[in-house]
Amino acid sequence: MLVSYKWLKEYLDLSVPVDQLAEKIERTAVEVDGVVRPDAGLKKIVVGKILSMENHPDSDHLHVCQVDIGEDEPAQIVCGAPNVAVGKKVIVAEHGARIANNEKIKRSKMRGVVSNGMLCGLDEIGIDKNVVPKEWSNGIYFLPDDAKVGDDVYSYIGMDDELIDLDVTPNRGDMLSMYGTAHELAAIYDLPLNLDHPDLTENGTKRTSELINATVDDQIAPNFNVRVLTNVKVQSSPLWLQIRLWNAGIKPINNVVDATNYIMLKYGQPMHAYDYDKLSGHQLVVRQAKAGEQLKTLNENDNELVADDIVVADADKPVALAGVMGGFDSQVTNDTTTIVLESATFDSVKVRKTAQRHLIHTDASQRFERGVDHASVREALDAAAEIIAKDGNAEVQSEIVTASDDHLEPTVVRTSASRINQVLGTSLTTDEISSIFERLGFKVAEFNGDYTVTVPVRRWDIHIPADLFEEVARIYGYDNIPSTLPLSRTTVGRLTEKQSLIRKTRAVLEGAGLTHAISYSLTSADKAASFMMRDSVATELSFPMSSDHTTLRMNLLSGLLTDVAYNQARSVNNVALYEQGRVFYKDADDQVRPTEVEHVAGTITGSLTADAWDHRATEPDFYQVKGIADLLLAELNVAGDVEYQATDQYPDMHPGRTANVYVHGHLVGFVGQIHPNIAKQYKIKPTYGFEFDLQKLIDMPKQDQQAKVISKYPSVSRDIAMLVDKTVTNHQIVEVIKKRGGAFLTNVHLFDIFEGKGIPAGKKSVAYSLTYQNKHDTMVDDDVNKAFEKVTKALQDEFNVTIR
Amino acid sequence: MSLKDELSRIHDDGLKAIQNATDIKTIRENIKVKLLGKKGPITKALRGIKDLSVDERPKVGSYANKIRDDIQTALDAKISELEAKKLNKQLAAEKIDVTLPGTPVAKGHPHVIQSIIDEITDLFLGMGYEVLSGPEVEEDKYNFEMMNLPKNHPARDMQDTFYITDEILMRTQTSPMQARTLEKHDFSQGPLKMISPGVVYRRDTDDQTHSHQFHQVEGMVVAENITMSDLKGTLELLTHELFGQKFNVRLRPSYFPFTEPSVEADITCFNCMGKGCNVCKGSGWIEVLGAGMIHPNVLRNAGVDPEKYTGFAFGLGPDRLAMLKYGVTDIRDFYLNDVRFLSQFN
Ligand SMILES: [Zn+2]
Repeated sequence: MLVSYKWLKEYLDLSVPVDQLAEKIERTAVEVDGVVRPDAGLKKIVVGKILSMENHPDSDHLHVCQVDIGEDEPAQIVCGAPNVAVGKKVIVAEHGARIANNEKIKRSKMRGVVSNGMLCGLDEIGIDKNVVPKEWSNGIYFLPDDAKVGDDVYSYIGMDDELIDLDVTPNRGDMLSMYGTAHELAAIYDLPLNLDHPDLTENGTKRTSELINATVDDQIAPNFNVRVLTNVKVQSSPLWLQIRLWNAGIKPINNVVDATNYIMLKYGQPMHAYDYDKLSGHQLVVRQAKAGEQLKTLNENDNELVADDIVVADADKPVALAGVMGGFDSQVTNDTTTIVLESATFDSVKVRKTAQRHLIHTDASQRFERGVDHASVREALDAAAEIIAKDGNAEVQSEIVTASDDHLEPTVVRTSASRINQVLGTSLTTDEISSIFERLGFKVAEFNGDYTVTVPVRRWDIHIPADLFEEVARIYGYDNIPSTLPLSRTTVGRLTEKQSLIRKTRAVLEGAGLTHAISYSLTSADKAASFMMRDSVATELSFPMSSDHTTLRMNLLSGLLTDVAYNQARSVNNVALYEQGRVFYKDADDQVRPTEVEHVAGTITGSLTADAWDHRATEPDFYQVKGIADLLLAELNVAGDVEYQATDQYPDMHPGRTANVYVHGHLVGFVGQIHPNIAKQYKIKPTYGFEFDLQKLIDMPKQDQQAKVISKYPSVSRDIAMLVDKTVTNHQIVEVIKKRGGAFLTNVHLFDIFEGKGIPAGKKSVAYSLTYQNKHDTMVDDDVNKAFEKVTKALQDEFNVTIR
Repeated sequence: MSLKDELSRIHDDGLKAIQNATDIKTIRENIKVKLLGKKGPITKALRGIKDLSVDERPKVGSYANKIRDDIQTALDAKISELEAKKLNKQLAAEKIDVTLPGTPVAKGHPHVIQSIIDEITDLFLGMGYEVLSGPEVEEDKYNFEMMNLPKNHPARDMQDTFYITDEILMRTQTSPMQARTLEKHDFSQGPLKMISPGVVYRRDTDDQTHSHQFHQVEGMVVAENITMSDLKGTLELLTHELFGQKFNVRLRPSYFPFTEPSVEADITCFNCMGKGCNVCKGSGWIEVLGAGMIHPNVLRNAGVDPEKYTGFAFGLGPDRLAMLKYGVTDIRDFYLNDVRFLSQFN
């Protein structure tokens, strides 16, 4: 809400600079989005009087005007506005002026005729086009006749004001009004408040109830009041009122609508005026809508209503979306002579739902959603009637017709000084506390530090002691509250084993050259269900925003591949990423919440390190990611043998270059090349990756960290090279070597593998180095030779190898 | 020529030869063998000692030994000298261009948001907080209802929610961890002090400043006699530790359904250090987190007696902090994982 500082000053004696005021409001009440000075940046814009005018010799619409701007000679200004007329007081941007959008006005020639400035419309000097009254929307603006020629124009049209833009939190609906803001500032600055109250003369001859009948569902409208005004002359509002509206961002329409809007700004009470003669049966009914009912609203939208909508209807049809927007057909027009003025409260939830359903958010709905002051509904009605009666020469018929009244009572809250100090950490005296409540306009009864606080209806946000603590805290000032740290029994802060292992996982992978990526958990249905390590039903959003984010991921790899694609599309070809995060599994459709499982995945495409003068970048391969997987498993210290088994079970992985990883017989993840078809779909180069169920690794038993004696006796090595069938795996050979290697075989190391030239078709040459060591004695050559022979023989027997 | 004179001559000639030698090989193979070898003149001369008188023997003997030692010393010195010369020559030849780039080492980078979360986590661990994580797919009950946001609460609209079913949703905040933790905590075992970092989701269209997925860190302390001033002190400490002593904290009133009083905490603008600039819209302050005293309804909903226990809670956004701290202007950068972006941070 834009709060006019000038207007505010009518109610309390404030003199602080507006920026200080804004900061004070921000620190004490609600956020301030900024301070607007409507004349900021404007220069040399003055009142002028058009003395004479003639047609431009070379134009059919331009006029050459002689304008008195308070100088010795009139200024000649060429003007193209259709409404330019002799004798009018106008807005003149002189030579050297600055108008809206920092535009500079200079002396110039318009089709050969000198123009010493520009005659301006309101929007040209910075008043928002959307709030410029319709009569001034297409032409220059006429200032009041008593405007003094040569004066700056700003004060005549409210541009010398300062507007504080309040961003009111949902609980402080009371501050969506001048009166509410004035109450707040009176409390903050401890100032007396001078609010004015209507003094309405009911000068009509009829009772309102003879003219109109109103019935309401008080679940919808706890308060509903109407007045009828007759003989209304619908015309423009006086300038002062128009200024208040446009400075608040509301477009002046006519004296009736403007009066209702003005009262809304002043009291926070939205109102509506109906054309009495358009109301069938001369009655108003507040009710739920009937499904299928039609209502054209003021914004000229045709709305089809549903039964949950709330409406104000006449005898036949809805005439307003209750609390949201009036109907088009019953609106006040220039031909209207009799009006029905409504001042009501509507159920906040129902208003909100109705407004949301029809996507109509108005100043009225905003206020009803946050609540309005139930204690001033009728005063606001009188205040509006008073203005219309004055500005429209209307007759106010006697008495208000009240269809519902909830007679809301002030709230009584009990607390104590000691509790207040205990919660805030302060040591305020009862005098200080009482004074804060009194400044807020709350009625206080204090006895021995126990408080009974009576909160006026206008602060409907306060119900419980904690609400009062907040009032005390903010008026006392958060800056004045001491700074302490919680004093309590000592607690131990440390990461759980799971948290430590997750951190270690990140450190290991970063050390191995992979960069931490965080991708979206919500992805497309396809990606969510790719690279699946187990069966799972997908978890889907009921109303997704886009097809890219509909489903919770059941793997991390697809997210990483999306990242790889993003990088490669930008010519970044070396991409090594890992992600640690959750995947979401469901065993069955009816599982309420998915199981969230920690996974870790990585991908490498291109080289881990960039090409350099002494170093050729290498293409990634299976063994590179396998090495990283090995490192991770080793660093996590999981106990049990790690085994890689070739698998073609993943449709998204290369069937010949993928392995399942088992620890102690349990499947924990997989490693391999992304299937070339998938890589093609993602538009990425050959990419290798792995994905692990990190939770499984975390849950697995860990190896004891125990020192083993390092043997002081030397070890002996023997190398064996052999030709073997290509189909025999390294794993098979090593198993045989280990099985037959004898008690002193401590290590088997593959050091060469070769196929092709010089090797018979279907064969490969492999070479292993076997290390023998006796922990308690020096190895004797003879023993080594015997053990080595056994191995050689076993390999020959098992795989028919040829020793080379 | 007496034996002694002969020895003197051997001495002088030998030293001269050593002096003139230019390579180690010559010294070792020629000079050394020639002078000190078994067939060398000194050995020969020493053999002649037996022909001398008993008186002279020790004199000449020790003279011969001295000469041998002198020659040995001269040999060693010359060898050292030549070796040093050789080495210097070699080192000079080995000179390289030290300005050539080093061999690249594969190095991954931590994600900047993770780094900030770790930093916050470590700070609170040090103060005895536990670190908890909760489900990202959450029940309406924990995300909203127990947090004092019943079904028709208008503040639910402030947080546009991804629903999965009527009762299950993507958590919009880490605050449900308040409810989950309060429900379980045994206060006889001491105060509840926890932080809970994690991913949250909002039904937003992604743009420069909005992301449908982002991070939050929730913090909460509940015990007897926890005060608003404890909250203030904790937030000030957090600010000073995270950003530095030059940064101040400003608390101002705000509204959250799950705290009362509710505050927003602003810290000194990174960009202008409080002078006022376009980043802070001239105020000198930047909003970084929401906090407050836990609403009695939240405590009560979780079975904690609000008359006996009080507590504070806060929630901060690592994404926003990272954007402010490192001058990141587009939140989407955190989730697109452009390695050129990610590798700027260590
Ligand atoms: Zn700044």
